[in-house]
Amino acid sequence: MKIKGIAVVAFFVAALFAANMAWAGNIVIKGSTTVLPIAQKVSEAYMKQNPDVKISISGGGSGNGMKALIDGSTDIADSSRFIKGKEVSLAVKKGVYPVPFAVAYDCIVPVVHPSNSMVNITMAQLKDIYMGKVKNWKEIGGPDRPVVVISRDTSSGTYEVWAKKVMQKERVYPGALLQASNGAVSQAVAKNKNAIGYIGVGYMSKDVKPLMVNRVVGSAATTLNGTYPISRPLFMFTPGWPKGDVLNFINFVMNPEKGQKYVAEAGYVPLY
Amino acid sequence: MSSKQTGKKRQSREKTIRFVFFGVALASITTLFLIALFLFAEGIPIFKSVSVTDFVFGKYWYPTDDPAEFGILPLILASIAVTVVSSAISIPLGVLTAFYLAEGASARVREWVKPIVELLAALPSVVIGFFGMVIVAPVLQDLLNIPTGLNLFNASLMLAFMSIPTICSLSEDAIFSVPGELKEASLALGATHWETIARVIFPASISGICTAVILGMSRAMGETMVVLMVAGGAAMIPTSLFDPVRPMPASIAAEMAEAPFQSEHYYALFATAIILFLFTLAFNVIAEQISHRYRQVGAATL
Repeated sequence: MKIKGIAVVAFFVAALFAANMAWAGNIVIKGSTTVLPIAQKVSEAYMKQNPDVKISISGGGSGNGMKALIDGSTDIADSSRFIKGKEVSLAVKKGVYPVPFAVAYDCIVPVVHPSNSMVNITMAQLKDIYMGKVKNWKEIGGPDRPVVVISRDTSSGTYEVWAKKVMQKERVYPGALLQASNGAVSQAVAKNKNAIGYIGVGYMSKDVKPLMVNRVVGSAATTLNGTYPISRPLFMFTPGWPKGDVLNFINFVMNPEKGQKYVAEAGYVPLY
Repeated sequence: MSSKQTGKKRQSREKTIRFVFFGVALASITTLFLIALFLFAEGIPIFKSVSVTDFVFGKYWYPTDDPAEFGILPLILASIAVTVVSSAISIPLGVLTAFYLAEGASARVREWVKPIVELLAALPSVVIGFFGMVIVAPVLQDLLNIPTGLNLFNASLMLAFMSIPTICSLSEDAIFSVPGELKEASLALGATHWETIARVIFPASISGICTAVILGMSRAMGETMVVLMVAGGAAMIPTSLFDPVRPMPASIAAEMAEAPFQSEHYYALFATAIILFLFTLAFNVIAEQISHRYRQVGAATL
């Protein structure tokens, strides 16, 4: 009786191991929620073409992706920023050599409530607004309403790009409302006629009104030709130069006929 | 012979049962202890680069700037402010509802209303947060003509919704468990119902009510989702009831995912969690003290 039980358990354990071997073509992707829609769409297409490869994707933020890359729990780390110096040294200490692949561009657009009459805004005005210097829209040629500044959390990749490109070493003033996601910013701006926020071009909806920056419309064309000032590349990092299934996947992502098609579908700007 | 054996068997069964229960109790305590240990282990390293006073009394929270500033005074004040304002709303409502249910309401009304109030506690906080963000915020903004509806007041209002069931339900239990003789004696001496409630029942149940209030407050202070969605998230020291604020739990929840592993920012968030933990711990210790000191033992001690 007992021996039989043990045999059954042993069989199941063996079966589990065997199953694990069969799923050798597993790819784990973790990281930035900004890159997440790209990873999802591309993976779906990839798995359709390669049914023997299983890809599991989770978000959690660029920082978490890097953490996973460093401790070896992911094959690909999505990131909406370049890797930081501290992360590189931590990775190298653990024998991991992160390799970046730029897979798409993101273009960040300032948005206001649809009832706001503003059409264009300059980088200097944006900076003044986010420093808390502009208190009323009429100071910069808008309607007579107070300005409510909506920003992203200081640790989000989107905020980092905004801080670097728009703020240029100045701080977003403490009175700015901080929202945790592109969706939350969009929601907050859509509900408040005084508000200004910024979101990735992929999250643009009819509920908010995009502003031109320095008379340039934020779009794929202006991002790629470099005229739109607030844009950034998005990355996938691998631990060491990719091999096998991961290499195939990265090649698929970079292919203008395959992966890049889905980048545009996800609302981002493809590389080509 | 056989009876002796059964006796032994029973004894060993007793022992086993006691052992199992001890183990279960130990498991939950150990888990709690380990969490606290982890919290401190991950939070203390920040004090290598920032002094405790600069951390607790610093006015600027710019964790990702270079050089970064880790001052959580605005976050602490925000947490205290939302707790105080929400208590100002929830304590009167909760306690008075409890008195009504225990003393004023007929048995039928009580049977219906109490479960409904308790059902409020079952509402997921994200639902309350969404309600505050999408429905209450625009209404507040238009009604009061303020720049934004996502502010201290809105968050407090939503938190009050969340702590009312705790306060009401626990207070009602305390009031209801006041011995009947006390009430009857008071009425027999010619006191009115109101006098009985104010001078006999209220003092007799004060410890239970205080415990209820403090537990409700600690729930408001530790609540994360609502303040994350509704408070506005501006890390500034609030100067008015309608300023956007950023309480500690909101800051931790919003930033933890993106903070690089074992960076200063990561340690600072854990240190913020330590402060939050100390606050809620203090609340619970105070509740425990009050319920001990003013515990009513039987009818005679009043």
